[in-house]
Amino acid sequence: MNWTAVRALYMFELARTWRTLFQSILTPVLTTSLYFVVFGSAIGSRMETIGGGSYGAFIIPGLMLLTILSESIANASFGIYLPRFTGTIYELLSAPVGVAETLLGYVGAAATKSVILALIILGTARCFVPFEIVHPFWAAGFLLLIAVSFCLFGFILGLWADGFEKLQVVPLMVVTPLTFLGGTFYSIDMLPEPWRTITLFNPIVYLVSGLRWAFYGTADINIAVSAGLTLAFMAACIVAIAWIFRTGYRLRT
Amino acid sequence: MVALMPPILVLSGLSKTYAGGHVALDSVDLEIRRGEIFALLGPNGAGKTTLIGAVCGLVRPTGGTITVDGVDAIREPRQVRARIGLVPQELSTDMFEHVAHTVGFSRGLFGKRRDDAVVERVLRSLSLWDKRDAKIMELSGGMKRRVLIAKALAHEPDILFLDEPTAGVDVELRRDMWKLIGALRDSGVTIILTTHYIEEAEEMADRIGVIDKGRIILVEEKQTLLAKLGRTEARFTLAAPMTALPADLADWPLALEDDGGTLRYTITAAETETRGLAALVRRLDALGVDYRTLDARRSSLEDIFVDLVEKGA
Ligand SMILES: Nc1ncnc2c1ncn2[C@@H]1O[C@H](COP(=O)(O)OP(=O)(O)OP(=O)(O)O)[C@@H](O)[C@H]1O
Ligand SMILES: [Mg+2]
Repeated sequence: MNWTAVRALYMFELARTWRTLFQSILTPVLTTSLYFVVFGSAIGSRMETIGGGSYGAFIIPGLMLLTILSESIANASFGIYLPRFTGTIYELLSAPVGVAETLLGYVGAAATKSVILALIILGTARCFVPFEIVHPFWAAGFLLLIAVSFCLFGFILGLWADGFEKLQVVPLMVVTPLTFLGGTFYSIDMLPEPWRTITLFNPIVYLVSGLRWAFYGTADINIAVSAGLTLAFMAACIVAIAWIFRTGYRLRT
Repeated sequence: MVALMPPILVLSGLSKTYAGGHVALDSVDLEIRRGEIFALLGPNGAGKTTLIGAVCGLVRPTGGTITVDGVDAIREPRQVRARIGLVPQELSTDMFEHVAHTVGFSRGLFGKRRDDAVVERVLRSLSLWDKRDAKIMELSGGMKRRVLIAKALAHEPDILFLDEPTAGVDVELRRDMWKLIGALRDSGVTIILTTHYIEEAEEMADRIGVIDKGRIILVEEKQTLLAKLGRTEARFTLAAPMTALPADLADWPLALEDDGGTLRYTITAAETETRGLAALVRRLDALGVDYRTLDARRSSLEDIFVDLVEKGA
């Protein structure tokens, strides 16, 4: 294991993030605030309480996921797509590093940013509604797991994409709609059949539900199922990436 | 003496067929000697970059082996890559990075502990020290090329690949670069470079290889190559045209051109002992052959190269 390389790649990627720090922070703060103004205050005040808490508190886990999923995918995919696009990837390919160093560096940096964003959203939310986290360790662990998994997924996207549009299409056309439909703003138990059953095919449902359980102790779906599925997703991503590196697909001609 | 040591890099049967079916390397056998400067020449598309890419891990060979000091580069890529530096043909840089920072990054990527003294030495040797805090996008093309060289040298490699290092570099800088490459060789680095400037190979290389259509068609000590293939050519513009060569000149490497108006003499370096130009001039005088002008020149590596590639075609 080439730890010096891991460190070099990680710091390089973080520095790249740092250069765009202002937008990176401002966007989630602004969108979270808007959601709270619109959903939390304007609509939420007319909603009955869900799961024992206020509507404002109810939507926090979903709101966090909304940003974390799209940011994780966007950052990780861009991080590896950029050197492929500019050609600077030659250096990584000619260096004494393998899939482990590359992932720890690129995905590690992207996941770090996602976790920082999650904390910023949490802080912003706290300004609008009071809430307490029931299982803080589970919440932290689950958030980290989700951030890493979706950064891995973004990394695959960045390896596969052959144009900037493709990088944007997946988060915008797939992940964000699924997050909206995944119980961010409502409990899936509120849905009539067959919509409830159909919704269970949406993988994001399990993430929202799992995080909500960690926050408030109640969930639509058993936490073991949520955590298990997320772990399985992460494992699948790692296997896919290991295969990509072994075969050199899209990396080595 | 250098030749007696085992080669540092051995390619045997190295082949590459690209996905589209194009054969870019056709069973290449090549040995690079420790500490030499090896110039790889060849026309566009000959396979030079592909060959370098195969050794450096950018291209997956479809056949053959690559060994560096006995270590298989395909099976043990880490061990091998840590010793190799690569300056690519394309100017690909991280535009927003700062010069010293990007060089330090390269050092870390190759597994070497941070060492600002090494980075400083490398930057100074490339006249980049004044630009250490500049963003790469603010640099000229020639400076960017030097940044790429600095990155390749940051981990103090034993083997350095330079893919057209002086493309787009001005004359003065090119001379500086030759000096730098010479200094690197003196410090023990083995250098493999490609170039389209034959004078560059003639100036720097210890040995020269010529590749065409994915095949190595020649590998030779530069001096031997020049001596063996280097020709002297002379043209005598005759005062009175000849219809045929006089019998007395039959043994000489001569030919009539321009309807007998020009006498052309071509000789290889090996033959000059007995049939040198000076001897020919005396002979012509003795025979009373009068000429108005004499124009002589020694062929360069460039002629040899053009000859070889045309013969191959
Ligand atoms: N990624 C690729 N896919 C398919 N064919 C390729 C690829 N890269 C190179 N080739 C082909 O392989 C051949 C050798 O290319 P290579 O880049 O090695 O040539 P070169 O000797 O470096 O040429 P130049 O002097 O122009 O740099 C060319 O015919 C080229 O078109
Ligand atoms: Mg080339």
